[in-house]
Amino acid sequence: MEERLLTVNDLKVSFRTYAGEVQAVRGISFYLNKGETLAVVGESGCGKSVSMQSVMRLLPDKYAMVKSGSVTFKEENILSKTDKEMEHYRGNELAMIFQDSMTALNPTMRVGRQMSEGIRKHRKMSPGEAKKLAVEMLGEVGLPNPEQLFYRYPHTLSGGQRQRVMIAMAISLKPGILFADEPTTALDVTMQAQILDIMNELKDHTDMAIILITHDLGVVARMADRIAVMYAGQIVETGTARQIFYEPKHPYTWGLLGAMPDMKQARSTKMYSIPGNPPDLFAPPPGCTFASRCAYCMKACVKESPAGMKVSEGHLANCWLLDERSPVTRPPEGVIPAPSADGLDMSGEWEGFT
Amino acid sequence: MEANKKSIITAADFVRIADKEKKKEDIVRPGMSYWANVLRKMVTNKIAVICFIYTMIIIGFAILAPILSPYNYDTTALTEGNLSPNSTHWFGTDTVGRDLWTRVWVGARVSLLIGLFGSIVPEIVGILVGGIAGYFGGWVDMVIMRIIDVGICIPSLVYVTMLMLFMGAGPVTIILALALTGWMGSARSVRGRIMQFKNREFVLASRALGGSPFRLIFKDILPNIMGQIVVGITSGIPQAIFMEAYLSFIGMGVQSPMTSWGQLSQTGVNVFRIYPYQLYIPSIIISLTILVFYIFGNCLRDALDPKLGN
Amino acid sequence: MRKYILRRLIISVITIWLIATASFFLVHALPGNPITVNSGKILSEETRERLTTYYGLDKPLWEQYLTYLKNLLHGDFGYSYKYPGQSVNGIIAKTFPISAQLGLQAYLLSIPLGFLFGIIAARKRGKAADYVLVAFSALGVSVPVFILAALLQMVFAVKLKWFPVSLWKSFYHTILPTITLALGSIAGRTRSMRTLMLEIINEDYIKTAKAKGLSNFKIVWSHQIRNAIIPMIPMMGLELVGMLMGSFVVEQIFAIPGIGSYFVTSIQSLDYTMVLGLTVFFGIFVVTANFVVDIIYGLVDPRIRVTK
Repeated sequence: MEERLLTVNDLKVSFRTYAGEVQAVRGISFYLNKGETLAVVGESGCGKSVSMQSVMRLLPDKYAMVKSGSVTFKEENILSKTDKEMEHYRGNELAMIFQDSMTALNPTMRVGRQMSEGIRKHRKMSPGEAKKLAVEMLGEVGLPNPEQLFYRYPHTLSGGQRQRVMIAMAISLKPGILFADEPTTALDVTMQAQILDIMNELKDHTDMAIILITHDLGVVARMADRIAVMYAGQIVETGTARQIFYEPKHPYTWGLLGAMPDMKQARSTKMYSIPGNPPDLFAPPPGCTFASRCAYCMKACVKESPAGMKVSEGHLANCWLLDERSPVTRPPEGVIPAPSADGLDMSGEWEGFT
Repeated sequence: MEANKKSIITAADFVRIADKEKKKEDIVRPGMSYWANVLRKMVTNKIAVICFIYTMIIIGFAILAPILSPYNYDTTALTEGNLSPNSTHWFGTDTVGRDLWTRVWVGARVSLLIGLFGSIVPEIVGILVGGIAGYFGGWVDMVIMRIIDVGICIPSLVYVTMLMLFMGAGPVTIILALALTGWMGSARSVRGRIMQFKNREFVLASRALGGSPFRLIFKDILPNIMGQIVVGITSGIPQAIFMEAYLSFIGMGVQSPMTSWGQLSQTGVNVFRIYPYQLYIPSIIISLTILVFYIFGNCLRDALDPKLGN
Repeated sequence: MRKYILRRLIISVITIWLIATASFFLVHALPGNPITVNSGKILSEETRERLTTYYGLDKPLWEQYLTYLKNLLHGDFGYSYKYPGQSVNGIIAKTFPISAQLGLQAYLLSIPLGFLFGIIAARKRGKAADYVLVAFSALGVSVPVFILAALLQMVFAVKLKWFPVSLWKSFYHTILPTITLALGSIAGRTRSMRTLMLEIINEDYIKTAKAKGLSNFKIVWSHQIRNAIIPMIPMMGLELVGMLMGSFVVEQIFAIPGIGSYFVTSIQSLDYTMVLGLTVFFGIFVVTANFVVDIIYGLVDPRIRVTK
């Protein structure tokens, strides 16, 4: 049973700078259903954080303009809301956690207070009641001694603990969507696993939807129901996790998948990397933005930008290779995992698929 | 999503093209070197340019005006005392008939030189000490840091007073006092930066390749702290000029008959009620000069910041 | 935290000791006999001997030094050479309260105003209010105190006759000098506060606060201002020195019988012990004030107060 929570349509966001206009987000469209986890993957600078922060309207109007598009959350047009109206949504129905937990928490304020102030903003609670809720949430995320931790300062906690505090803070009011902007990038692998487990558990309890921004495909494999691959301000491919991992159609997606180091690879195999650099977003080229780095580039790609071609139900990709007129192309070696005997591959690293 | 506009692609377009046929979409804007960028930012900043022009004008006058003036800064003419600015004496005369225009520009030489040396000397001392502390580390560093901790608590006035009693007042004393108080700030920051760099990869790499310590310091570390040094000097200048004015005003600075802007203010204050111009003129010039250097220093600091406005 | 306080305490004590020692040896290293240098007339042998014993100059140097230190510990700064019989302590007792009042008034005035202006300038960045305040702070920092004092006196006291021109007779007398002294600090503080507020707004925790849905007011108040004030505290120690130096000049111009004007006149009349005694006093004062500021800072900034 799918209930559409968020719909984003052709969102374009640009930054005003001294040197001109930077088109950070160039027309992305996606949707999110209740209880789903959508992973947004891409390189640094591809616009994933910017687009999600725009959905929450966090970017200051002075620098960032939403040039066009629509964002609909629970049938409401988010882009038309005033800042004051948005205050109601933020922290309450839409929550966001950030990558660096050290700088994302106010170093001079006790952790508990930072949680209570958010809680009390949205619910009429006394400080005591807010504290109770906060302590409860700290317990939910697996922090020991939550009563005591409530009074601690961020710098006295470890990175993993801080990140849990951030999660506890974000989910206190049971938001419909949790935006997680690279939540585990700053953590080591064990902590990463723990944090992701917590997030999954919370999802099970509360039906919360998660938009997970990351560049780590391992994390994606573990968490995502659906995936959107972003490049240079556009979504180049989107589909379910299975579709993206097993039937990727966009050369950039191939690049990302191929670049993942594989423990089973022979030592001597060269690591695959995508040559070149992302394009300058001051003046994006008219054709496909990935053309200059694409090994399969065709004349058409340079001339005109491909629009969302449907691969199968729910699976879209922006690539001329999908056009019937283009020659048949197969992804390079090692991108798609070899199927195991029963036809379904469940190679060791990629757990979490159901 | 259906494309509403007609596609311009034909079946013939679906052929592969080789790399060299594509326009490489690397980051388009030409990268400039760090210092070229700094220069560009300063030159395009109108305010910085105005400050620069003002500085050149002041320096020009300081050098040329006394030479070209028919009067000496120290010739008295008691009958011509306290004349308001007029066509022969552009800035008027002081109580004993000395031409103020000449005195102001002779004073400028003193004040500006004190300003310059009063910021360069402490900066150099600071760099040396900070460099030694940062480079050698260990107990050398510890000792130096303790000295700094103590030294920074001693107000500059104490140094100045003691030096003055010992060596007499004068420009050299002022510069020495400034050197004694000013080196600590830059020593600390230079030491901090060097310690940061010591462990950075490129330094390790350079060492691994067998670079000598000198080479290391000059080619690798120095360019990186140059920005800091420049900022230190440019913000030191207005401070030094201010110190000179202040000290001369309370009698601990430049002494008669030598003159400086501070000296002129001191004599000006005495007759301020009756002949206000004798205070106004040096005051405006001092304030303006300090202001200009201060603003220029700010512009320079912004220009040196790699994160701003490339 | 305790370690922090201890360290600052030790450094402060060492500093004071250094200042005292340096000034002691300086007086005694000066050329000429301090007595003859200062008296200006030919002294009879008898008088000279008596003065020498009086000042303890007949004892060996190291003994004089120890006596000096001992006296200092009891708060005794010695006697003026220029005016035999008048002790430095006496002068301090007479004049310090006046200067203290002036200084305190100016300080108390500059703290809230400086913060307020800085906050306003940051909030109204790029608008008229910001430009005015930035210009004000630039000028306040560039125009030397004595010029400002002379100017303000001329305009507000002499010409407009709003305030008395000089002296320290009533509270009303204190207003103009206080404002004059405070202006420099206000200007400096405005600038620092504005810079800090503008830096902080780019910090991640402000983004988090916004993402929690907090109102703009709350964000500015609870997060920005709070975090901006903390780094300003150590600056206050330096400011005190500036205000001290400024007070010398303000007292001179407004003919206020404070310790600063005494300092200046004793320099001009070469009363060495007075100068040194006062300098040591100032030094001690500043070091102590800095120490207090350091402690306050340690208490207020949780990163120092609470460490693992």
